Amino acid sequence: MSLYAMQKFLFELNREPEVQRRYKHDREALLETYDFDEEEYRAVYEGDIGKLYVLGCNGQLLMHFAPLLGMPWAEYIQAMRDGVRNHGPVRAGVYAMTTAMDEKVAGV
Amino acid sequence: MSLVFAGVCSHAPGITGRAHLAEPAARDAFYAGMAQMRAELEAAQPDAVIVMAAEHFANFFMNNMPAFAMGMGKRYDAPIEDPAWLGIEKVQVPGNPELSKRLITEVMQSVDVAFAEEWKFDHGIIVPLHFLTPRYDKNIIPVNINCQGPPLTPLHRAWAFGDALRRACDKVTERIALVGTGGISHWPATPDSGKVNWEWDQRFMDHWCRNDKDAMLAYTDEETLRDAGQGGFEIRTFMAVAAAARGLGKILHCAPIPIFAVSCTAATMAVV
Repeated sequence: MSLYAMQKFLFELNREPEVQRRYKHDREALLETYDFDEEEYRAVYEGDIGKLYVLGCNGQLLMHFAPLLGMPWAEYIQAMRDGVRNHGPVRAGVYAMTTAMDEKVAGV
Repeated sequence: MSLVFAGVCSHAPGITGRAHLAEPAARDAFYAGMAQMRAELEAAQPDAVIVMAAEHFANFFMNNMPAFAMGMGKRYDAPIEDPAWLGIEKVQVPGNPELSKRLITEVMQSVDVAFAEEWKFDHGIIVPLHFLTPRYDKNIIPVNINCQGPPLTPLHRAWAFGDALRRACDKVTERIALVGTGGISHWPATPDSGKVNWEWDQRFMDHWCRNDKDAMLAYTDEETLRDAGQGGFEIRTFMAVAAAARGLGKILHCAPIPIFAVSCTAATMAVV
């Protein structure tokens, strides 16, 4: 698993308008420059927040991907819950889910 | 001159970005605490404000992660986040590279600190500035302590850094304010967002207000992760401010606001 590559992609996406432009308009060529495995590539390509969360992407990197995808805060939070429901617990990192699936501590 | 003001505050992006979702009375009480902090900062008449944040991969990543970094730029762009998402418009914040250079030079006498002439502010700095210097007319010197990418900066080194920063501030002729941002317990940017450990927060802030170095340095990252979440690692900035100010703290506001994902805090500390 190349968690480093996924997080590096998110780091550059969050910082660089040119990377954001390429993700929207030149996605395949952009993603070729990162060392993803197939599962990671699909998650990044499809903007699958839930899968990226389960794969261990740091929430501080991941949360900026959501507005770029047009995803409001409540949908972003729910996408991560759905990711855990569909793919199992977070596999790496320190951003594991510690609340219950229906425990909406902030109401969303 | 010297250090003329010290304080700490929350920096969570929801404070501005999800303001419309918060319970109005709770939100406004926190905003009032920030306004009081701003008034105390302005009364100290600083020439520059050092904002010591736990940044979130806006500038530093695991390809080259410093334990400490200080800005030495002429100006800084903010925010890195989508302005609509954060609720803060794009802005350029002034810096003072010559002052930064003198401060960094002195800090380096005892702590190895990286410096950066380029720095994009994320919510860790711009959310506090939105309240404390909303006209963005003060020279800002950004500082980062690595609270995100393990291995994290050890707590005792964060204390040593705060001590070095105080020595550096005391050597320059300008009046310097210091604001630490982040903390306290929280589980941000995950399905847990909104969860806090209020008892843990109160205990930590009690240690901070008494400037109890031994109690603060006794925390371990394992305990903090378990009891205060990954966001709890940001107590490093609060500790460094305590090391620099050396006085007693005063809480202006501290109460959980779940949609802001943290116990929203504004506090000042006497500089002695």
